[in-house]
Amino acid sequence: MSADRNEGFSRRGFLAISAATLGGVMLAPGIRLIEIARARAPDQPVSGKVRWGLLIDTNKCAPGCDDCVKACATENGLKDTGHPRTDAQWIRKVELKDMRTGRNNSVPVMCQHCEHPPCVDVCPTGASFKRADGIVLVDRHICIGCRYCIMACPYKARTIVFENITDQNPDVPRGSGCAESCTLCVHRVDRDQQPACVEACTRAGHNAMIFGDLNDPHSEIAQRVAKYASTQIRADLKLNPGVRYQGL
Amino acid sequence: MAESLIYCELGGSGRRYWALLALLGVPLALGAFAYFYIEHYGHIATGMDNQIVWGMPHVFAVFLVIAATGALNIAMAASVFRKAVYRPVAPLSALVSLALLVGGLAVLMLDLGRSDRMIVAITKLNPASLFARRVIFYDGFMLSVGVYLWFLLERRMNRYIKPAAIVAFFWQLLLVTSTGLEFGFNFRAVYDSVLYAPMFIAFSSAYGAAALILVLLAVCRWEERPVSDELLRRLKNWLGISVGASLFFAVLFLGTKYELARSRDVARFLLFDGGVYTALLWLGQIALGGIAPLALLLRSPLRRSALGWACAMVILGGLAQMYVTLIGGQAYPQILFPGLVESSSFFDGEIHPYTPSLVEVLLGMGAVALAAAIIAVALRALAMLPTRLDQSAGPQA
Repeated sequence: MSADRNEGFSRRGFLAISAATLGGVMLAPGIRLIEIARARAPDQPVSGKVRWGLLIDTNKCAPGCDDCVKACATENGLKDTGHPRTDAQWIRKVELKDMRTGRNNSVPVMCQHCEHPPCVDVCPTGASFKRADGIVLVDRHICIGCRYCIMACPYKARTIVFENITDQNPDVPRGSGCAESCTLCVHRVDRDQQPACVEACTRAGHNAMIFGDLNDPHSEIAQRVAKYASTQIRADLKLNPGVRYQGL
Repeated sequence: MAESLIYCELGGSGRRYWALLALLGVPLALGAFAYFYIEHYGHIATGMDNQIVWGMPHVFAVFLVIAATGALNIAMAASVFRKAVYRPVAPLSALVSLALLVGGLAVLMLDLGRSDRMIVAITKLNPASLFARRVIFYDGFMLSVGVYLWFLLERRMNRYIKPAAIVAFFWQLLLVTSTGLEFGFNFRAVYDSVLYAPMFIAFSSAYGAAALILVLLAVCRWEERPVSDELLRRLKNWLGISVGASLFFAVLFLGTKYELARSRDVARFLLFDGGVYTALLWLGQIALGGIAPLALLLRSPLRRSALGWACAMVILGGLAQMYVTLIGGQAYPQILFPGLVESSSFFDGEIHPYTPSLVEVLLGMGAVALAAAIIAVALRALAMLPTRLDQSAGPQA
């Protein structure tokens, strides 16, 4: 009997396991595909369904910590030339003090990747452009160095390269006389990686920066901005930046 | 009676003329040197930085562009609004306008971070950009003023002068208004006011008239060309009204900035606390470029030398105004967090220093010399001015 039971169990078990395995094999790629539906192959154009954004929790951002700034400089090959006024700073820590209350804040500020970017509006050649996924970039091949985008940016996020550059990061080409700003580490984002500043902040244990798709209701960033109050810098300008701040 | 005007080229001995061109060649050569120097070393060779990105070359460029549009006003008064008294100087008005614009555009292009890509600026236009549209406005202005000038000089085309002038008038209006709005649409605290559009129209009328009158007086010093008192009186009045309007708009602009709580800090910076910018505003733009020439111009009768001095003051005051507008506008910190005190390694919340480098000034002076050289060559090659400017002209023109 026991042998029969074992035999019967074994057959049923085998069928059940087979069915489960088959179902798993058939469904898993689909589930995985749903999960990465917003990712894309390298030769595919970026999707307008995605809106990359950053959420910065200023309560977690430690005063004096500039790991994000250093990571950005390393990742993008921004070097200290000894001329601080002409050196590029794609991200900077702005220290804020409210003189009425005495409250201090330390806020990382970079290109805010606006939905309606003034730098793109004013660029005479179209070198300043916004990708379909919301990342604002500069086409170094057609930037003429007029600096109008720097004049137009209300966030002081754009800079121009004042000197010839050597030893560039191949992923981040830069050029003397061309305008530039934070690319949201587009070369990393396109490889499904986080921007260098976000990674550095997480590594330091602050977790003050969250990167993700603002249009994806399941993403952490979308859920956080839906649940907690967040603000945009100079929201009055109605540029709808992709970078949002908590705790300001 | 237009036939009574006999136009002729600039006379004088060849040696004297070549000496004039050689004299203009010096700042032109220095300007060319400055361009190649900046091109070689990059903008690190200038006094600009990532806080003040438009420096002295832009001061000259915008001044010349604004003066160019204003210099055409006299021709427009003659040909669009039928003020016959200005008819004899209409071709000169158009010429000065074109020459100043070429000078302004030259320095604008040569100051680009990538001036080797000038062709990109012409061939790749972003239609949404006011700056790109201005490239079309520049082209349209130059073309329409060129056609208008040709019709003025070519007797067979004289009957088409008025339509050509009307077309040029609209391009002029587009160009000067868009130049003002370039500042007016900017978020920076010093700008951000549509008053820039009418204010720049007034500025352009003053600077352009001053440049035109100076060229006219220079030609009359160069050789005997009698000018009627009536023409000089009208030009003097034109300049006076333009300077008065410029002062009015400047006071209106600064007054409203001060009156509104949200912009009071920036008004205080310009009016009281801005150091060199405050000094240039009061002593340069208001006193030297406004009140002093106005006081001179209000005197009647006016001697030619006084008119010349008034014009020189208006031009110097205009350069001071451009410096305050352009450099002062960038020196004042951009406010990202209104109501909070900001500081950063990128100089947030600070007044930004700027000292123009010699090469920047040379580049700007080169552009002025280029405009002067174009005028000198054109006057020598083409019959642009009547032998006598004391005769009445026909109503048309």
